[in-house]
Parts: sequence; structure tokens; C-alpha cells
Amino acid sequence: MISFRRTRAVARKEFLHILRDRRSLIAALAMPLLLLMLFGYALTLDVDRIPTCVYDQDGGPASRDLIGRFRGSRYFDVRALAGSRAVIERAIDRNEVLLGVVIAPDFSKRLAAGQEAGVQLLVDGSDSNTASIALNYAEALALAWSGELRSKAMNRRGGGELKPPVEPRVRVWYNSELKSRNFIVPGLIAVILMIIAALLTSLTIAREWESGTMEQLLSTPVRPVELLFGKLSAHFALGMLDMAIALSAGIGIFHVPMRGNVLMLFAASAIFLFGGLCWGVFLSAVARSQLLAYQMAVVTTFLPAFLLSGFVFAIENMPWVVQLVTYIVPARYFVTILKGIFLKGVGLHVFWPEVLFLVVYAVALFVIAAKKLRQKVA
Amino acid sequence: MSEPTVVTDGLVKRFGDFVAVDHVSLEVARGEIFGFLGPNGAGKSTTIRILCGLLAPTGGRATVNGFDVARDPESVKRNIGYMSQKFSLYDDLTVEENIEFFSGVYGVPRERRAERRDYALRMAGLEEKRDSMTRLLAGGWKQRLALGCAILHEPPILFLDEPTSGVDPIARRMFWDLIYQLSAQGHTVFVSTHYMDEAEYCHRLALMYHGKVVALGSPAELKQSAGMATMEEVFVSVIEREEARQ
Repeated sequence: MISFRRTRAVARKEFLHILRDRRSLIAALAMPLLLLMLFGYALTLDVDRIPTCVYDQDGGPASRDLIGRFRGSRYFDVRALAGSRAVIERAIDRNEVLLGVVIAPDFSKRLAAGQEAGVQLLVDGSDSNTASIALNYAEALALAWSGELRSKAMNRRGGGELKPPVEPRVRVWYNSELKSRNFIVPGLIAVILMIIAALLTSLTIAREWESGTMEQLLSTPVRPVELLFGKLSAHFALGMLDMAIALSAGIGIFHVPMRGNVLMLFAASAIFLFGGLCWGVFLSAVARSQLLAYQMAVVTTFLPAFLLSGFVFAIENMPWVVQLVTYIVPARYFVTILKGIFLKGVGLHVFWPEVLFLVVYAVALFVIAAKKLRQKVA
Repeated sequence: MSEPTVVTDGLVKRFGDFVAVDHVSLEVARGEIFGFLGPNGAGKSTTIRILCGLLAPTGGRATVNGFDVARDPESVKRNIGYMSQKFSLYDDLTVEENIEFFSGVYGVPRERRAERRDYALRMAGLEEKRDSMTRLLAGGWKQRLALGCAILHEPPILFLDEPTSGVDPIARRMFWDLIYQLSAQGHTVFVSTHYMDEAEYCHRLALMYHGKVVALGSPAELKQSAGMATMEEVFVSVIEREEARQ
């Protein structure tokens, strides 16, 4: 039988520990904000306002029109008009521009004569991801512009209105502005919650071992499950507070759309948090040293949650072995749930398998942590 | 002698090849102050931990207040109070918060709580310091608070493992006055020490050496049988005899 009185005594004591240790309390409350700010601002994967330099050897009406297109696009920021190819090279070397556009001397003449005209794109490939996105934008811009040229020419010749045969009408769902922040922030909340959960509890058991109070506790009738529940409840409250802070900051500061049910979000977070707290207790019971437990908590939560949860790096692009590993990372499931609730506004009917996994994970970790605590003083 | 409350029969504890407790057989009567005397590493703490249900014995049997320590440690824990060598209360809690916490985990009934708390505070002489942070207490006060916390649930048996190590002589004297009080109230006190003067205060003593009980009896009996005037001489002569035997 679990004694409510004993569990409550432990919970009360843990609350006192939390309140007395002001520095840790402030750290625990400031951490979600700090991490959110750090990653929310630093981790934007959006490529826009690409610094661009143009070397216009032609100077004709067509080349000016094309340059106008680059200037008008929000994806490009035409910083300078270069007088030579060397200027572009130097600018790329100095990281002043990412993209160089070189227009051939006979550009306007060849176009007017109905001939093919060349535009050279020079790109700084040292960041391959940004480079390929920049190239795609530039190519798309050039293609669209030449398409227009062609239909204009044909219209002039044929007289009738002629449009390109296929005109794609794109609608992006769920994150219509394609802002990377909109999917990073929900994922970030998962990472933050996982780290905080494990860190909060990783110290508690180890501290009892280090200070000798664990031996005292084990000599009392208090059961491991009561100890676990008592400790979890105090840190659970703190963890949920952190969740609320992260959520408010995500919506208030980063303007992430919140399309789903807030209650659902908190319920899913509660399950995830509970599992994370149990993991921290387990590490703490295994390590029996606060330092070791802390380090193990950071390594085992931060790295998998950050790299393998699909929060920034798409799981589909990983080698299959790594993909297999992601299935045992709880943050993976929570990230899916969070993105579903935040961006798609979907509910349990869609992500119940993920919730089910989190429940199984939380229960399993609780059992393991309780087992580990049951072991006696060596 | 009344019925025994702590009984061990051929108790053995091995850690790998090392025999920490080697066939210890004892009987301690109710209300007795039973001393465990011996050099460091003699197996005193290990024996006490087994009796508190903190460690499982490798062999033999032990019962505490009638409960088998190996089979029913949960019942044992309800019947004992334990003070370990290391001070083990919460430094960041006040005196009263520590008392309330242990009152809770020992399951003291709600209606008895205030009374038990006041008793523990009075006994430890900490009534004035009930709101003090435990970390700020001097050594002697801490020991008395630890004892106060260990008796909140009125356990019939108290295990005190070197409770006065590192405490000044006056505080030690005061602590032993408390032990006498508790014994007079019917608590059995099982106490380990390496102070010879404290050994004199015990009703009966077991001298432990290399995991074995090498002498057992009241201080007077031990002195008489060894033909020595003080416990210190008894202690040294017994240890020398044992070393010669090996």
C-alpha cells in the first residue's frame, strides 16, 4: 500500500528544497526563456535577403530589367554593382556577398535578336544548404523572367494573348509563410522540457546519497514508490511551470501560431514531462553522484532530443540506422505531437500512437526508477 | 532479564571475499543500553545496518522486535529509530521542518504530531531554535536533533551508530543523559562507539574485532574477567589476545 501521508511528507520536503535553493530555482525558471531566445533567434533556417552583387557588362534595357527583378525580390538584396568579375570574387571571399550575377556584354542584343543569352551565377558554396537554396531562387527568378519575355515576344508576333501552358498555383499548408521559426519553436519546447525534466530530478537522489540522508530515509518505513512519487510531484509542478513559460514565450515573443487545443498540449506535455522526470531519477539513482548524474542527464537528453527528434533535422533524410535509433527517442514523438497541435491544430485522432508511446515510455521509466531506488545501501 | 528484542543467530555478512560480520550471535533485552565497542572496520556499522533492514545478511538470522530483518524489513523499519555515523538530516530545512518531515515518513498519526514534535524539541533542547536552519546548528545540537527525529514514532528500539563522533565532551555527556532517559522509558538502545568512557555507560557490551564478537558482558564483568581496572585496558588486552591468536 502506498501511504499518502508519507508521499505528502516527501513532496513537501522537496518543495522546500526547491524554494530554499534560490539560485537553482531561478535557473530552472530562466532556462526555458534563455534556450528559447537562443535557439529561436539563432536557429532560423530561412534564406532571404541573400546579399548579391551584380556585374552588368551589357547595360542594355533587358539587363536592367533583369537586375530590377533581383532588386524587387525579397529573397535578394542587391548590395553592389560591380565593375569587374574580380570585384565579385573579392566580395565573396570576404563574405560580403553570397551570390554574384554576371550578365554577358551582348545580353540585350542577343535577346532582341531572339537568340539565347547567358547569365552566370556565382555562389559561395561553403554553406551548401544556403547556397543551393540561393541558387534555386536565382534560377527560378531567371526562368520566370525569361518565360515572361517569351510570351511577350509571342504575343507581339501572334497578336493573341498567350499564357504559359501550365501555371502552378501553390498553397502551403500549416506554415503558410514557410517560416522556419514556426516549426523550430514547437520542437524547441520539446527539447527544453526534456532537458529541464531530467536535470531537475537528476540531482535529487544523488544529493540524498551524497549527504547521507538516503540511508536515513531507507531506515524509515517510506517506500521507494512513495519517495519517487513525492519527489516527482514537486518537480512536476516546476516542470509544468516551465512548460507554461516556454509556451507563452513561443506565442508571445515568436508569434508561433497555436491552432490546436491548449489543454491537449498540456496533457501531452504532462505525460512527456513525467517520463523525463523519471529518467532523471533513474540516472540519479544509478550515478549516486550529483556531478555524474548531471552530466549523464545533459548528454542523454539534450543530444538525442536535439539531433534525433526531427525538431530541426528531418528524420527522413537520415541514414536508416540512425532513423531506427530515433524510434526510441521520446522527444521524437513529442515533437510530432507539438507540431500537430501548434501548426495543424489536429487532435488525438491523429497522434494517438505518439501519445500511446509516451505513456508506455513514462510508465516504463517509472517502474525502472522505482526498481533502482529499491536497491539497498551497498 | 525480560524478553529479548534484538536477537541475532550466526549472523554473517560478506562483501565478496571480505567477511564484515562473522557469525555474530547476540540477545538484547528490552530497555537495555547495549554497546558495540570496537576499532574502525570491526563490523559494528555493518551489523547495525543489517539490523535496520538496510543491508541483507549473507547468512544467519536476526530478528528485531520479533520481525525477521531479511524477510520483513518493512516491519522492522516501523519498530526502529536509526541514527547513522554521518549526520543525515536536511541542512536546508529548519529544525521544525526536519521534525515534521520525519514525523510524516514515520507515519506519526496526525493527532499525535504536535505532541511528538514538542517532545522532540524539548528533549533536544531546541525549543528556542525551532525556526533555525539546521545547517547553522552546532555539532551537539545536530546530534540531539537527529536523535529527536529518530524517536518521533516512539520506536521500541533505537540503533545509534557512533552518534557522538566529532562532538565535544559536554555535548556527549548531555547526549548520554538522553540515552538514559530513553532507556528508562523502555526504549532499547543499541549503540556503537569507540569512546571508552561511553562504553562504561552501557548496561552490556559486545567487543567486536574483525567481524567477530570477541567479548560480551557488562562493563564490570568484562573488567573482572580480564583482571583490568579500566575499559581501555580491557579493550587493548582483548585485541592483543585476538591478534596473537591469528
